[in-house]
Amino acid sequence: MRDVSIIGIGQTAVTEHWNRSLRHLAYDAVAAAMRDANIERADALYVGNMLSGEISGQSHLGTLIADFAGLRGIEAVKVEAACASAAAAFRQAYIGVASGLQDIVIAVGVEKMTDDVGTQLSAGLAGAADADYEVIHGITFVALNALIMKRYMHEYNVAREDFAGFAINAHANGAGNPNAMFQKPISREDFARCGIVSDPVGLLDASPMADGAAAVILCPTEQAREFTDNAIRIKASALATDALSVHDRRDPMWLQAAEDSAQRAYKQAGVGPDDIDFFELHDAFTIMAALSLEASGFAQRGRGTWLAIDGEIGPEGRIPISTRGGLKARGHPVGATGLYQIVEAAQQLRGEAGDNQIKNATLGMTQNIGGSGATIVTHIFERVNQ
Amino acid sequence: MATEIARHWRLNSQRYRLVGEVCPKCGVKMFPPRDVCTDCLDDSRQPDFEFSGHGEVYSFTTVHNAPEGYQESAPYTVALIKLEEGPLLTAQLTDVENSEVEIGMPVEMVTRKLRTQGEEGVIIYGYKFRPRLPVAH
Repeated sequence: MRDVSIIGIGQTAVTEHWNRSLRHLAYDAVAAAMRDANIERADALYVGNMLSGEISGQSHLGTLIADFAGLRGIEAVKVEAACASAAAAFRQAYIGVASGLQDIVIAVGVEKMTDDVGTQLSAGLAGAADADYEVIHGITFVALNALIMKRYMHEYNVAREDFAGFAINAHANGAGNPNAMFQKPISREDFARCGIVSDPVGLLDASPMADGAAAVILCPTEQAREFTDNAIRIKASALATDALSVHDRRDPMWLQAAEDSAQRAYKQAGVGPDDIDFFELHDAFTIMAALSLEASGFAQRGRGTWLAIDGEIGPEGRIPISTRGGLKARGHPVGATGLYQIVEAAQQLRGEAGDNQIKNATLGMTQNIGGSGATIVTHIFERVNQ
Repeated sequence: MATEIARHWRLNSQRYRLVGEVCPKCGVKMFPPRDVCTDCLDDSRQPDFEFSGHGEVYSFTTVHNAPEGYQESAPYTVALIKLEEGPLLTAQLTDVENSEVEIGMPVEMVTRKLRTQGEEGVIIYGYKFRPRLPVAH
């Protein structure tokens, strides 16, 4: 297996892009990444996307985006794994290069959510859960997270306010990211006073959905220097699955797929959680941030919120998370989110994270979650030069 | 439309009677039914098992922004129910105010309307759970 590095990154702002369609957004990110890597051609394109069929009536995205981006003729395919689509697409790109079958590969995550703001969007998002045994009962995505959060609070004697630190940290960091949807800090009072969407999940527990696209270019590490002197090496890539439904999990309070993918990633990289300098986790809801920290080995079971309470997730803390705003403040364009996390990790390791720069960051981890924990993709990245 | 009807019709025994399966090899009781045992991975034909419909609330929440087809019953309470035979399932609670629900509350299955599909569409019925009624002796 070949060693693989990221040689180019690109992203659009996460916002309501009323004048840009699915194909334009994907192109903007791909073109930016190709300029960054100084390449004109690639061997393959993997597109992460969840909802194009439901919202835009557009399937067959691999070919559409390859053609629109001036790459007609190359191998191109869409990868779908609900909210984990982009990290899953990135992993396919990684496998393509690592295997030796492909040399220069593009991974792009794109989601166009504002082409429908009503029923198709909520029905499409619910498609991440079990249609016959969850969705038929009128469940929503927020409600699934609320069910997990309420039980978690009951089992571990945790209050909703104990989750405040996750949202406050994300918004504080989002203020330093020009591509973030929300660039304004929030206070503990804002968190306590916000409206409740589905008890106990409040508006400030949940990430906002919007349009966006993010892309990276991969190549074998031994060729990376031909293109850039700030390549980022992929130390580990792992994807694990769990039961699709919350009710089918062995322990609904534990993200088994996060533990499995994180452990595989630590093993591949030859590191442990103590070696990770920052962690871009999937804070679609504050409860997911707590569960992700626990299952990935940063906190004991039921103790995830203590990292937020003790300030250990801030830029100067023991394990900085959501360093550029996370899903909570940067925004959550669902099928693109995993590649935003990876682009942001690359920015940190290249020293290009501006106001959000983590000092001496050499190892970064990303974790993208599909559904309420059913597909979880973990990657570890390392700064190569400097 | 015809395919939409078949899609729900084939789940009638689950939706109306909570028919799951019991693994012939390890004895684990499963709902929903599966083709491969969740515990021992046995894939032989699993006999049906009809659950009692008794259980308790494992977790619950209220849906205010209901999806299409569910708006007329909003706000409603959805819950994870721990069946007394073991499995968890997802269902709505009925005949109870959200403020009266507690984790651990005993509940029992009833059949109710799950959703409508427009004026011409089929009405889909299935299980919901209500606070367990006292049994007369």
